[in-house]
Amino acid sequence: MNQLVESVVHEHVHRDDVGAKIGMWLFLFTELILFGGMFLAYAVYRYQYGDFFALASKKLDVFFGLINTLILLTSSLTMAMSITAIRRESKKLSMLFLALTIFFALLFMVNKYFEWSAKFSSGIFPGSTELLNQPKGIIIYFGLYFVMTGLHALHVLIGMVILLVMFFYLKSDVINSDYYIMLENSGLYWHLVDIIWIFLFPLFYLIH
Amino acid sequence: MMLTDIKSGNGHNGEYIDFYNAPTKRKGIFKWIFSTDHKRIGILYLVSLLTFFSVAVIFGFLMRLELIAPGKTIMDPQTYNQIFTLHGVIMIFLFIIPGIPAVFGNFLLPLMIGARDVAFPRLNLLSWWLFILGGFVAVISLFLPGGPADTGWTFYIPYSVRTNTNVIPALMGAFILGFSSILTGLNFITTIHRMRAPGMSWFKMPLFVWSLYATGWIQILATPIVGITLLLVAIERWFGVGIFDPALGGDPILYQHLFWIYSHPAVYIMILPAMGVISEVIPVFSRRTIFGYKFIAFSSIAIAFFGSLVWAHHMFTVGMSGTAMWIFSLLTFLVAIPSAIKVFNWVSTLYKGSIELEPPMLFALAFIFNFTIGGFTGLMQGALSLNIHIHDTYFIVGHFHYVMFGGTGFGIFAAIHHWFPKMFGKMYNKRNAKISFALILGGFQLLYFPMFIMGYLGMPRRYYDYLPEFHIWHLLSTIGSWILIPGLILMFVNLIMALKKGQRAEANPWGGVTLEWTIPSPPSFENFEKIPVVEKEPYDFTHYELGEEVKN
Repeated sequence: MNQLVESVVHEHVHRDDVGAKIGMWLFLFTELILFGGMFLAYAVYRYQYGDFFALASKKLDVFFGLINTLILLTSSLTMAMSITAIRRESKKLSMLFLALTIFFALLFMVNKYFEWSAKFSSGIFPGSTELLNQPKGIIIYFGLYFVMTGLHALHVLIGMVILLVMFFYLKSDVINSDYYIMLENSGLYWHLVDIIWIFLFPLFYLIH
Repeated sequence: MMLTDIKSGNGHNGEYIDFYNAPTKRKGIFKWIFSTDHKRIGILYLVSLLTFFSVAVIFGFLMRLELIAPGKTIMDPQTYNQIFTLHGVIMIFLFIIPGIPAVFGNFLLPLMIGARDVAFPRLNLLSWWLFILGGFVAVISLFLPGGPADTGWTFYIPYSVRTNTNVIPALMGAFILGFSSILTGLNFITTIHRMRAPGMSWFKMPLFVWSLYATGWIQILATPIVGITLLLVAIERWFGVGIFDPALGGDPILYQHLFWIYSHPAVYIMILPAMGVISEVIPVFSRRTIFGYKFIAFSSIAIAFFGSLVWAHHMFTVGMSGTAMWIFSLLTFLVAIPSAIKVFNWVSTLYKGSIELEPPMLFALAFIFNFTIGGFTGLMQGALSLNIHIHDTYFIVGHFHYVMFGGTGFGIFAAIHHWFPKMFGKMYNKRNAKISFALILGGFQLLYFPMFIMGYLGMPRRYYDYLPEFHIWHLLSTIGSWILIPGLILMFVNLIMALKKGQRAEANPWGGVTLEWTIPSPPSFENFEKIPVVEKEPYDFTHYELGEEVKN
């Protein structure tokens, strides 16, 4: 009977790395479609208020956007390197690259903070009198800008928390050269955050 | 199916202990709310869903009572608006969307494909917690100053931005529930891809599993849209960003598009699993293999696909281009084809079958009847010219309830009666179940059929008051609710009594042939002692035709 108790008490958790990856990809689909709804809204309003969108986009600082694009792209590189490192049984290197990724994510957020602060101090934020006096196309442009980059920034924050957890898993050998699916899935999430930014950057900063 | 392997599912060392009594680390209620066992989670959902259902039925009852006569009867107009919103929000987001997948999908999917659990058991538990959290957030507005939302379950802009009632809790509740729904769908799809027993190829899966698969894809691909849309309405209310608010340049019609891009596929999240249930019940009680297995399987996928492309038929009166209108109308007609394929296949399965009118079968047959009426009235609304006449009238209310209650609701009741012995190891009183069925079916027809008539005559939906010429139809409808609700009470009392006093159910009381009937009732914690090897088609009743009764 004791033997029975032991064998039955364990939870139904079995290991299936392929299954875990399928699950992650399905989740990424939902994230893409979540942002897809907003890209759809962007497309509709760009069609409706094209001229105002061009006008408003000139008020954004391309420099901030460019730096953040470079930061995120580099962080995707270090993320991928961290996964390769643990596969090659180099725990130290994997931790180093993961720490770098988290550092870049932080840098992105700091940059974003200064960018948004600059906008706020010049009176551009949802509901500000400065903005409400502008034509409707400009109000919508900045509405979309704050909501879309804001939701993206939220994803960066969530990504940072996930990567931080992964860092401690690496440290305590929960993730090791034999079992690194969690790190791979976190990497997939991080690349998604990166890809969404790659679309946001030209749509808001570059095309006029 | 390996009918010879009837002993599989016994505990280790050959000892069988059902999962209720299987040893766990936890005590009391924690044995349930922290369990990652798919069977316990399924029952958790069952209890929570039926609780929400009862609350929403009470709201529905109060609405009908208010409408028994023109003018004020028991509540003022504002309360009425809030009550119909709560009725809709709870029924849609807390009962009928999670409905069959969350309860029966969870309990049965691993059993039907010969697995020990779903692919991500802990995620599964998280889904239930999110469900409870979402339900709590949605219902809390009842007790906040300002009262619950009065927008209807559709949260149409601009009213949902202007009203002073608590719209945000309802929106956030629906958003969280969406997450729960996505995680369930994701879990089921991965489970179906990865955890089928050896030998169970795609075309040896039971049709209920196929319907869960199609539903899972809709849950994953459509739900995020409503998630972001509802979030944007909340952001609009908080910050006034203008994305939907016409005063700031936003487009309320865009809101309607985004809302229905999810919410039309969502009605297939509601109905597809019910169709799966019917596809399970009908072969068992006709003792015949299902007619057109592949057609039913693929029609689920086809419904999921076409159903995602018809959303704008909810908006024929908002002023779209003529081209868009006829395309959406055409697609709406196309989606009827796979639905009709299913109905024809069920009816053909019955043909020359040895039909046994047990309670699950009665509910399944009533499903076909109601769904046919609901489906055809849906097509009438898909026709552009007629749509203008009956748009936003009681006709749509009647249609919706015929499909959702007469279809999915009856599907849920069929499922409860079909798998109750498997879930709880007890058999209910069949005579009481049949009486409750008669009351529910009769009350249902009297409650909802007059809606078609008064809708066609011009009674608008959601109105608090009406002209005297509609009085007779409203009166009949309200009387219908007085027959339906006792039927529901009798049904639930009968099932609850069965839990206490019911006779022990055998492993296979109905003579089913899918894998869940090969293991004891209720199943053991591990479901199968040894993972079965599947060799036969899912609905192989040749042993019955040869005169052998399958009994455990």
